[in-house]
Amino acid sequence: MRQVAIAGIGQTSVDEHWEKAIRDLAVDAILAALMDAGRQSAEALFVGNMMSGIIDHQNNLGALIADWAGLRSAEAVKIEAACGSGAAALRAGLIAVASGEVDSALVVGVEKMTDQSGHDITAALATAADADWEVDHGVSFVGLNAMIMRRYMHEYGWKHADFAPFSINAHANALHNPFARLHQAITVEDFEKAPMIATPINLLDASPTGDGAAAVLLLPAEKVMSNNQRPRTIIAGSASVTDTISVHSRRDPLFLTAAYESAKKAYAQAGVEPKDIDLFELHDAFSIMSALSLEACGFAERGQGPRLGLDGETAIGGRIPCVTRGGLKARGHPVGATGIYQIVEVVQQLRGECGPTQVEGARIGMAQNIGGAGATIVTHIIAAD
Amino acid sequence: MEIPRHWRLKQQRYSLVGETCPHCEAKIFPPRDVCPTCGGEAKTQYTFSGKGEVFSYTTIYEAPSGYDETAPYTVALVKLEEGPIITAQLTDLGDQPVEIGMPVEMVTRKLRSENEDRGILIYGYKFRPVLSRAA
Ligand SMILES: [Zn+2]
Repeated sequence: MRQVAIAGIGQTSVDEHWEKAIRDLAVDAILAALMDAGRQSAEALFVGNMMSGIIDHQNNLGALIADWAGLRSAEAVKIEAACGSGAAALRAGLIAVASGEVDSALVVGVEKMTDQSGHDITAALATAADADWEVDHGVSFVGLNAMIMRRYMHEYGWKHADFAPFSINAHANALHNPFARLHQAITVEDFEKAPMIATPINLLDASPTGDGAAAVLLLPAEKVMSNNQRPRTIIAGSASVTDTISVHSRRDPLFLTAAYESAKKAYAQAGVEPKDIDLFELHDAFSIMSALSLEACGFAERGQGPRLGLDGETAIGGRIPCVTRGGLKARGHPVGATGIYQIVEVVQQLRGECGPTQVEGARIGMAQNIGGAGATIVTHIIAAD
Repeated sequence: MEIPRHWRLKQQRYSLVGETCPHCEAKIFPPRDVCPTCGGEAKTQYTFSGKGEVFSYTTIYEAPSGYDETAPYTVALVKLEEGPIITAQLTDLGDQPVEIGMPVEMVTRKLRSENEDRGILIYGYKFRPVLSRAA
């Protein structure tokens, strides 16, 4: 297998883009990534998307977006793994280029969510869970995460406010990201009195939806040069692992086994350990997921994830800076696009383009994208060289 | 809409019929024919008692479409006394606060009314607090 570099990145803001259809968002991000790489086209296109069939009444997204992006004759398919679709599509692109099957691949994550009402989006998001054994019983996707959080608080003795630093950090970092959905600092007091969605998860535990697209261009590493302005960014580790789709079927519903296993594989491929990771774009769809992800990836002991937030270790300048561009919580969570936003943001950090939220001397960044309530977990490690 | 899908699930929804593994004796719900504990084939039917306790729960304020009329309502992870955990709504709660560890038992209730113009109602299991005998 060949080494693969991320040669170009592009993104739209996460927002309510009433004037743009799903194809327009994807094309904007793709053209930005191609321009960033100084390229005209690519041989293959992988589209990460969760809900276009439900929301946009549109499948066959590969062909649609290749067509509208001017990628005539390109091989193009959609990859779906719920909220993990973006990173799953990146892995498909990586495998295609690494194997030598193609010499260039675009990967775009895209989701158009604001055309539908809140209840319909809630129902569409619930398709990430088990239709027969979870969703028919009236549980929302938030509700599944809420039951995990309640049990976690019960077993380890944390209070709701102990999770506030994760959301506060995300909002603080998003202030400096022009592509973020929310530009508004929050306090513990705001966090404690936000409207309830599914107890104990309230509006400030949960990530906002939105419309958005992010794209990367993948090339064989030998075709990409480092220079003083821009280090070459290599995909040093990539692994995708599944767990039971239902939370209730897990032997231990409070541990993200798929995060543990995918991170372990990615660390081994990259030849690094948790202490070598300079920043971590984790999947903070809900504050509880930040804690569970930090624990499963080796940054905290079981049950001690919230401690890292409370001690300031997940902020810029801390031991493991997280969600440095706002994360799902404040950059926003256009579900199938999120995994590619995370990769774009890691590359921005490795290039030193992050202004006030730049992690000094960042050389190795990790991104973790989760589909369902821990069912599909994809971990990537990107290194500057 | 989807009548066969709901018809397929009727034994489980009305009677909690799952499976037991002939190799490792694990009790399995919902039935899946492949034992999640040992990986062996497991097709022996087993009917659960319907008794269990609350492992965790949430009260849902923002419900998916189809359920919003009854919000807020409470969904739980119920740990059945035979071992498996299942997702189900709690019902008949009255003023009783829900707590982790609370004993519950299965009852059959309306899960939702689907496709209201054709009047198809979907019934299935919910759980209610085990009635404590008055002293
Ligand atoms: Zn077995």
